[in-house]
Parts: sequence; C-alpha cells; structure tokens
Amino acid sequence: MSDTANLVEINGLTFLREKRAIFSDLSLRIPKGKITAIMGPSGTGKTTLLRLIGGQLKPDQGNVVVDGLGVPGLSRKQLFELRQRMGMLFQSGALFSELSVFENVAFPLRVHTSLPDDMIRDLVLIKLESVGLRGARDLMPSELSGGMGRRVALARAIALDPELMMYDEPFVGQDPITLGVLVKLIRQLNDALNMTTVLVSHDIDECLSIADHVCVLSGGQVLVEGTPEEILKSDLAEVKQFIQGLPDGPVPFRYPASDFAEDILFAGKSGVSV
Amino acid sequence: MTTRWIEISVGGFVIAGSLALLLLAFKVSGLDLSSDDKNAYTVYAHFNNIGGLKPRAKVTMAGVTIGRVSAVEIDSQWYDAKVTLKIDNSMRNKLSTDTTAMILTSGLLGENYIGLVVGAEEEMLADGGEIRDTQPALVLEDLIGKFLSSMGKE
Amino acid sequence: MLDWLQHIGHRVLSVVAGLGRSAQLLIAALFGVGYVLKNFRLLVKQVYVTGVLSIAIIGVSGLFIGMVLGLQGYSILVDFGAEEALGQMVALTLLRELSPVVAALLFAGRAGSALTAEIGLMKATEQLASMEMIGVDPIKRVIAPRLYAGIIALPLLCILFSVVGVWGGMLVGVEWLGVFEGSYWGNMQASVSFIHDVLNGVIKSVVFAFVVTWIAVFQGYDLEPTSEGISRATTKTVVHGSLAVLGLDFVLTALMFGDF
Repeated sequence: MSDTANLVEINGLTFLREKRAIFSDLSLRIPKGKITAIMGPSGTGKTTLLRLIGGQLKPDQGNVVVDGLGVPGLSRKQLFELRQRMGMLFQSGALFSELSVFENVAFPLRVHTSLPDDMIRDLVLIKLESVGLRGARDLMPSELSGGMGRRVALARAIALDPELMMYDEPFVGQDPITLGVLVKLIRQLNDALNMTTVLVSHDIDECLSIADHVCVLSGGQVLVEGTPEEILKSDLAEVKQFIQGLPDGPVPFRYPASDFAEDILFAGKSGVSV
Repeated sequence: MTTRWIEISVGGFVIAGSLALLLLAFKVSGLDLSSDDKNAYTVYAHFNNIGGLKPRAKVTMAGVTIGRVSAVEIDSQWYDAKVTLKIDNSMRNKLSTDTTAMILTSGLLGENYIGLVVGAEEEMLADGGEIRDTQPALVLEDLIGKFLSSMGKE
Repeated sequence: MLDWLQHIGHRVLSVVAGLGRSAQLLIAALFGVGYVLKNFRLLVKQVYVTGVLSIAIIGVSGLFIGMVLGLQGYSILVDFGAEEALGQMVALTLLRELSPVVAALLFAGRAGSALTAEIGLMKATEQLASMEMIGVDPIKRVIAPRLYAGIIALPLLCILFSVVGVWGGMLVGVEWLGVFEGSYWGNMQASVSFIHDVLNGVIKSVVFAFVVTWIAVFQGYDLEPTSEGISRATTKTVVHGSLAVLGLDFVLTALMFGDF
C-alpha cells in the first residue's frame, strides 16, 4: 500500500457536529512528498479535517486512510504509534507552558526514544537551529512572542522527523517578516526531510506560493482540486469569489436567517430555535 | 524553582505528615502498642444495671487503670448485663474469685467506668472467670425517687 | 408544559452524560498508575503544587480553629466544672470532624480550583490536543499524576491540621486560661482512640481527597475551552467539591460513628 503516490486518502467522509454536517461524502487525496494546501472560507471545517486525519475525532461515515492504515479503526495503542509518525503545528502553537523551550522540543524525544541525554541535547539544538531559535532554548513559552512560539512549536513538531506534517493556520496573525520566514521554512522542511505536508489556511497568496497541490473546500465537499495555476484559472464562481475576496457570490456572506423584514416586524413572536 | 528544591520540600512534607500521624497516635490518642488484647485475659462480670457503661471504658483498681471493657451484652439466661473485661496480664492470677466489681462515675457528669475491689479468697480468677458480686450503676432517677419517698415518710 | 418537560429531560440527560464522562475519565486516570510510577517526578511535582503550597493556609487555619475551640470549649465546660475535659473535646472535634472537613474545603478552594484552571488552560491553548498528537495520552500524563497527588496530599494536610489544631487548643486552654496541662493531655489520651477517632478521620480525608480531586480534574478536562468556560468550571469545582465533602461527611459519620 505504501508504494502508492498518496500518503493520505479520504473516502466518502461524513462528519456531523450537533446534527450539522461539517463534511458530507468528502473524498480527498494527499500526495506523498508534496505540499498540499487545503483552503476554504472560515467554518468549512479545515481544522476538523486535520483532527480527523490525526484520529482525534472519529468520522460518522467513510474512512480516513494514512499510509494504508484506516485511522478510525485503529486501537488506541496503534493510533498513538501512528501519531509518532505525524507532526502537527497547532494554530496557537500549544507549547507546554510549564516546560522551557528546550524541554518542549525534547518532549517527543524523551517520551518516544530512550536516547542518552547528550544525544537528545544535540538533536534538540539541531531542530532549534533549523527554526533559528537555538539561542532561546532556556526561555519559557510565556517569554516568547507569538511568532517565536510558533517556530518553537514547529521545531517540536519535527523533532521525531515525521513523515506527515500538518499545519493548522500557520500564517494567521504573523507579521510579514515572520510570514516570509515561515513560508520558506515549510518549503525547506518538506524538501530537506522528505516529508509530506498538509497545510490548512485561508491565506490565498501564501498558500498558492508554496503549495504543489491545492484543494478548495466548501459546503463540506471538495470544490476544486489541482495545481495552484489550475486553481487560479478556475471558472467556478465560488472559487473566483474566494480567491478575489468578494463579499457577494455563491458563498453567502450572511449566516442563514429568516427574511429580514419579517424578522423585524414580528420581533419576539417567533421563538428562538437552538 | 528548581526540581531539587521541589523534591526536597515534597520529601519534607511527606515526612512531616507521617510524624504528625505518629504524634496523633501516641500523644493525642495515647496509643499503647503493648496493651492490645494479646497481653490481656478475659473476665466476665454480671450487673443488674450498667447505666451508661460503654465498650472501651476503663477498668480500675484503687484508681489505677488495669484494663478495658471490650463488650457489653445482655445475658438472655439471667436477663442481666454481661460485661466482658480485658484485664492486663500483669494482674493475671492476682484477682480473687470473690472480687467485687462496681460501676463508678468520673465526676458528676463524667463517663462510667468499672472499679474492682479484691476479696479475701485464696482461689484466683482464671481466664474466662466470672465476677458475680457486683454493684449496679447509680441511676439518677432511682436516687431521686428514693429521696422523694423518704421525704414523704417524714 | 411539554417544553417544560423537555427542559427537565434535557437537564437530566446532560447530567447523566456528565457523570458518565467523569466516570470514564476517572477509570482511565486510575489505570494510569503504571505511567505515574514510571514517571515518578510528575507525581512529586504535583504533590508539591497541591500539597506543599497548601501547607501555609492549612497550618494557619488549623491553629486558629484549634484556638477558637479551646476558647469556646472552655467557656462551655467551665459552667459544668468540667474544664479538665477541654483536651478531649478539642481533640475529638478536630480528629473526627473539623480537620477532615475544613482541610477538604480549603483544599477544594486552594488546590482544586487551581487544578481546574490549569487543566482548562492547557485545553484552551491546545496543549492537551498537541500532547495527543505527539502520541502521549494526556489522561496518563496530565490527569493521573494530579489525581494521585491530590489523594496523597490532602490526608497529610488533614493530619497536620489536627496536630496544629490540638496544639492551638493547648495554647489557649493551658497557657492562657490555666487548664492543668496534665489533665489536658491525660483526658485526651483516655478518651481518644487511635482506630476509632484518628484513623477514621484519616479515612474520611482520603475519601474527600479522592472526590474533590476527581471533581477538579474532571471540570478542567471537560470544560468549554474559553475564558468564560474556565471561570465557570473553576466555580463549579469549588461549589460541587464543597457540597460533595459536606454531604459525604454526613454519610461517613453515620457509618463510622452512628452505632451507639
């Protein structure tokens, strides 16, 4: 199975949250060794998709296959073994606040390997150097800026040299310099460590600049899939609206509501349904 | 806060807690490991009325504690109270068979306990022996009743 | 009417679901004992946070409660001419009731709320999720050491509370009000039983520790990861924890001291 070109395959995935379908019958391929960007407007469940791949959530229907293993059917032990081959960068960085920068990066090494201390030290310093923060090793997470925190988290996520690296909104809230550094880092890491990268974002420019493969999600399904050039040339109205950032189009700007005039005139008469 | 200091203080905390438990055991509860039942022998005493006597009450002789009450039950043959006394081994074979037992009260409102007075017999009480010569507890209501009836006669 | 019924039904169902989730968490955490023993330092760190850092508040409260008991007890007993019994009154009140209960209430407020807030913050900042993704079970790594640390720390704190309280009662009764020291200790030793009073008090405290810590870690683990959710869960820990302690205290007292 592992000789196929796709590291992750999602087949007929349906996921409900409080009876609202986040995904309905979604199918998606993530090719090996490439950077795949999953894009879409807010609320299309991009983060949820990463959690489904990581096995933190279970799909209501369909299957998620990572390197030939069906994630929802794995036992807890097998799942934790699989996760050692995955790295994930969370939106908030999610550094362990009680551990120093060094210990944060050393954490995966300490729990999953029995390497001697000096070897762990070397590995941690290599990872920190690759994100340019070797000098910050003794700081606590609370002393780092947001961008630095995310880079430390990146170093931690790649500590075990994962085969699959997932980024959850890596570009949100970053200044232009950090943004440039991050984009370059993601590309370099992917190529140098021979990883497969999944990137979830709604930052069009950055995504299109580094991705090899782009999926645009909308309404719980894949709208369009292809290289960045193909996406840019797409004729679909929804894709155009998303890429050009227009308020009106097929994707509604407003949350579904009853008729505006009716709502105002009959205020208080219709019960609020939850 | 270094790991070393944390570990030292936790060690100190656990030791302080254990010492405090020992303090509670010996200083507060007066736990005496030597006075458990292995070092005691059993004597039964029958009373018409035990008043407020409870298990664990002390058994004294001349005011000195020599044992404890271990159980209080009703004797269905005689319909009196059968009290099990655990007497310290140092008093083994030193209580005569005509020893009398009485139920005393410490202070006006204090707890009941048992006082023993040795008799004149040569023969000694064995383990499981019985004391028949007893004085029941003073029950306040009885006393008042007697007092009132003697008042009425005058 | 039907809406009202539905409301009640919804509430009951959500309470039952919560109980189920908390039982699941408890069982998973208790099974983490092997992990905790292998990573003993995690436990030591948590005993420090929940136990050592609570010593000050426990010591001061114990001293004052003991002193108040000495004063109140004296003023009551002196009317009966029984002030010699002060020692046993102070000791029995503390050992059987006040130490386990007050220490548990203070523990819920001091350590329990901190546990909830800490775990809640770890959840809100995705630390628990990222731990899962690294391949470490947060229930074993985060919840289990905290649960076991609470069960170890509170009984020790309760014992310290008793000792300090008895000493505080002696300070007031003997040093200030002039009860004869020999009868303070003598009466105490004559009436306090190690198994019946001291051990039962410690057993109570173990039960309270278990329940309060369980509530604290569950509220932290189960909360809604927002700042409002954290503050609500922290309040819940203190309220539910205190009520559970007081309710259980009645049950345990009835079981332990109810047979006259």
